[in-house]
Amino acid sequence: MATEFETSVRDWVAQNLPAPLAGARIDMYGVVSGDPAVKDAFDLWRRRLAAQGWGAPTWPVEYGGAGLTDAQAKVVSRAIAKAGSMNPIPYLSGMGVTMVGPTLLEYGTPEQKTRHLPGMASGEVRWCLGLSEPNAGSDLASLTTSAELDDEGWVLNGQKTWTSGADKSQWCGVLVRTDRSAAKRDGISFLMLEMKQPGIVTRPISLIAGESPFCETFFTNARARKDDLLGKLNDGWSVVKRLLQHERQSQTTAPATTNKVEPLQDIAKRYLGSNADGTLADADLRSRLADHLMDTAAHELTIARIMTDARGGNLEVTATASILKNSATDSTQGRSELLLEIMGNQGVGWETGEYTEEEVRTAREWLGGKAMSIYGGSYEVQKNIIAKNILGLPETTQKG
Amino acid sequence: MAVLTEEQSLIKDQASAWVVAKAPVGSFRALRDSKSGQSFAPDTYKAMVDMGWSGILVPQQYGGSDLGYLTFGLILEQLGRQLTASPLFSSSLVGVTALLLAGNPAQKEALLPGIASGSVLLTLALDESSRHQPEHTALQAVKRGEGFTLTGSKTFVAEGMCATHFVVAARTSGNPGDAQGISLFVVPADASGITRSALPAIDSRDHARLTLTNVQVGGTALLGALDDGLPVLEKILDRARIGIAAEMLGTACQAFDMTLDYLKTRVQFGKVIGSFQALGHRAAAMYSLMEQSRSCVEAALQAVDAGADNVPELASLAKCQVGKFLFAMSNELIQIHGGIGMTDEFDAGLYLKRARVLEASFGNRAYHRDRYARLMGF
Repeated sequence: MATEFETSVRDWVAQNLPAPLAGARIDMYGVVSGDPAVKDAFDLWRRRLAAQGWGAPTWPVEYGGAGLTDAQAKVVSRAIAKAGSMNPIPYLSGMGVTMVGPTLLEYGTPEQKTRHLPGMASGEVRWCLGLSEPNAGSDLASLTTSAELDDEGWVLNGQKTWTSGADKSQWCGVLVRTDRSAAKRDGISFLMLEMKQPGIVTRPISLIAGESPFCETFFTNARARKDDLLGKLNDGWSVVKRLLQHERQSQTTAPATTNKVEPLQDIAKRYLGSNADGTLADADLRSRLADHLMDTAAHELTIARIMTDARGGNLEVTATASILKNSATDSTQGRSELLLEIMGNQGVGWETGEYTEEEVRTAREWLGGKAMSIYGGSYEVQKNIIAKNILGLPETTQKG
Repeated sequence: MAVLTEEQSLIKDQASAWVVAKAPVGSFRALRDSKSGQSFAPDTYKAMVDMGWSGILVPQQYGGSDLGYLTFGLILEQLGRQLTASPLFSSSLVGVTALLLAGNPAQKEALLPGIASGSVLLTLALDESSRHQPEHTALQAVKRGEGFTLTGSKTFVAEGMCATHFVVAARTSGNPGDAQGISLFVVPADASGITRSALPAIDSRDHARLTLTNVQVGGTALLGALDDGLPVLEKILDRARIGIAAEMLGTACQAFDMTLDYLKTRVQFGKVIGSFQALGHRAAAMYSLMEQSRSCVEAALQAVDAGADNVPELASLAKCQVGKFLFAMSNELIQIHGGIGMTDEFDAGLYLKRARVLEASFGNRAYHRDRYARLMGF
């Protein structure tokens, strides 16, 4: 039974969603592609959402939000998804609505909130984050980009990397060293600064899968206003910890895709055809496809078993969970390799035209998927962890 | 491990302790070395019957406890760990399942109490060639008056030498390869016209070749529908595949434990060999296969108990995935143990030999990959 709130939200969406937008594709920056009419409609949709405060629905009204509860915000996003559209503002704001904004709400001064939050909530100001550095990845606290205070404000020097969307952002939240003499985590501060200034140069990073949102960002006497320090001086580590919690939360609560994924065997039949008895025309591929589907089913059943066990308070859960990263990698990379093989000559396309969007996406995802066995502890590191921590084998020796 | 009821946990712990104490792999070795031709140690099976294991799937009205397939699987896993020789799986899982799914009340009444009490051993006689292919059943059953006359041969009949009764799959119409025209019969092992001979297989367990020559059975021997036996046979086989997967899981887990123990104790080049990354990574890969196999086996056992409609998929998945684990693990068991693994005195060979027999039983990996693909619509 729909509540009064749900009904009003649904009605509002029905009345305000511009017609050309149903099913329009938008990229990871929240930019819609297509003819000018669609682009105009999209901007109208953004302005209408912003006027409702639905760009950041749980934020206070005075900062551009709508003061909704989490549950009410979910009603809004569900209603928009159900109408076949999406809310572009979190994407347009870059790291704003999902990460910097919520952290600002907690750590910012009233003046900082008034100055920064409404631009994020309306999707007009895009934010990026300067955290990782070439020599500070997993060990983030060893960062060396510095900021020093002079009469006019902060002066920044150093380099950040993997700064997602830096080349398209107006503002940046950056983690800097403000006290070299303190212990690693105690001399770090969080500053906010404008990207458009002579002291900042961004360079997009191209990956094997092509363009990526990632950039290298260089600071050479870049300037930040004195009052754009977020949180206390040298307390940036607490700020960033909170920020990263918001990141994880935004990843786990990301709206599920409404697109149905076509089963691999159906794609295979579409490309390769079937025999009279309904079996896939390529017997060798069919066997390997079945093998892959069974491995994936085993992986999924293992996840289900872990969830059930965890609810039952079984402590062996953690040990079992340690295998999941590698089996997820096997499943994802294996699927991509099979898809490429299924598509054959059509599976190796780099640009659309001669190749369909699906085909190009397949090749790009296959390439992008190679990262999965590298990040978050490589495939080999995972095996070391299982051998040592789970199976209790001695520390591996480098020389035998 | 699946979330078990208190009763299931109790039975699992009891089974684990009993198998290690009373029916360890050493007992199987002694049975093999005795060359007595016995299929199992009578005391061992009597103890299983006394613990109620032979009646776990048998309804209470026929003298069993009706505890379900997950419970049975927990026991089979423990037996698989020690390669305990017994007709428990063949008779009390496969035989009982055939009666439960296809039998009429009179047939159940005639055989289930005996199976539960250990006096009846009912096993399935299905395969006729080097391949498991139920629809290729060729053994002829010709209707004669009220009864039937059976002629043909069966091979690789598990516990065939000690069985008191067989469930025989026969062709009552059509040709080998046809789905239609297969019927099941219950035939006493001492029926006139049956000869059986032991197959001397690598695992030293009871496998028989049966020859049926004009074996006369009454109309009451027909188990299930005439000519339409394949669907129920497939249901019986799925439960058998899931059960044997539970046994295989135990066999492979024991091989894993033996290997892990050796990795932690064997010293070469002045170091425990488990510290070599090449071996540590292989152990990690086996651990991963083990956990995933367990997920499949338990999901399949639970699906049978729940009466789920995806039992066929899960049966092929479980047999195939645990087959993959057992195949790889039994090879690693030998390889990582090195020279000692090649000696008959050490147990590794017993596990390797049993592994391949289990792999060939009720459809190998290739069979189930093909079947899974078919079930998934390609």
